[in-house]
Amino acid sequence: MLTINKTETDSELTVTLAGRLDTTTAPELEKELKTSLDGVTALTIDMTELEYISSAGLRVLLSAQKVMNKQGEMKVTHVGETIMEIFEVTGFSDILTIV
Amino acid sequence: MTGKELKIEAKAENLQTVLSFIEQVLDAVSCPPRAQMQITVAAEEVFVNIASYAYAPETGTATVRLELSGEPQTVTVTFIDTGIPFDPLKKADPDVTLPAEERGIGGLGIFMTKKLMDDVRYEYRDGKNVLTLKKNLQV
Repeated sequence: MLTINKTETDSELTVTLAGRLDTTTAPELEKELKTSLDGVTALTIDMTELEYISSAGLRVLLSAQKVMNKQGEMKVTHVGETIMEIFEVTGFSDILTIV
Repeated sequence: MTGKELKIEAKAENLQTVLSFIEQVLDAVSCPPRAQMQITVAAEEVFVNIASYAYAPETGTATVRLELSGEPQTVTVTFIDTGIPFDPLKKADPDVTLPAEERGIGGLGIFMTKKLMDDVRYEYRDGKNVLTLKKNLQV
């Protein structure tokens, strides 16, 4: 189960994720981002309460990163230790801007 | 050695049932959260692969067996299906040093499985694909 919260100010969008980003829930985030990124130049994905990520979740982050590379910047914040390890193993720690 | 087994139709809708089964067994042995997430992620990647390809376009059964053994404790997760013979370990690893623009979406799941587990083995035996994942639970 994944909870997605969005906060938007002008061209800045913060997406806060809680729960699990897996094969079942990744399409929800994909759909949410697809309809939200128009005109956004600063995207922040807050992972404070994200407990789990699988390759399906990584794919959604990769496509968001590709979109944001064209129109602005993307940051990923509050990444927990176990999720950080997944990012490192897959080289996503180099692709994403983790702050 | 203690073990538990789940037989389930190999379809994506059953992923949560498979993951809950694994989490319940691991919770019961107080598996450290980090190892638990890694085992669950690996299991997700393998089950989704079986659900997507093993019997396509039909469907069939997947058996998930979980065993705990040894000291320090080792978790062994075995996935068995009777679908098309397929060794996922033969797939070339993705280049994880490429920038976002050059990254594809394929191959990441099985690559993560190999990296997160201590040992991953494939065998085709008696008409069955048998994929065995091992993770040591040392602290």
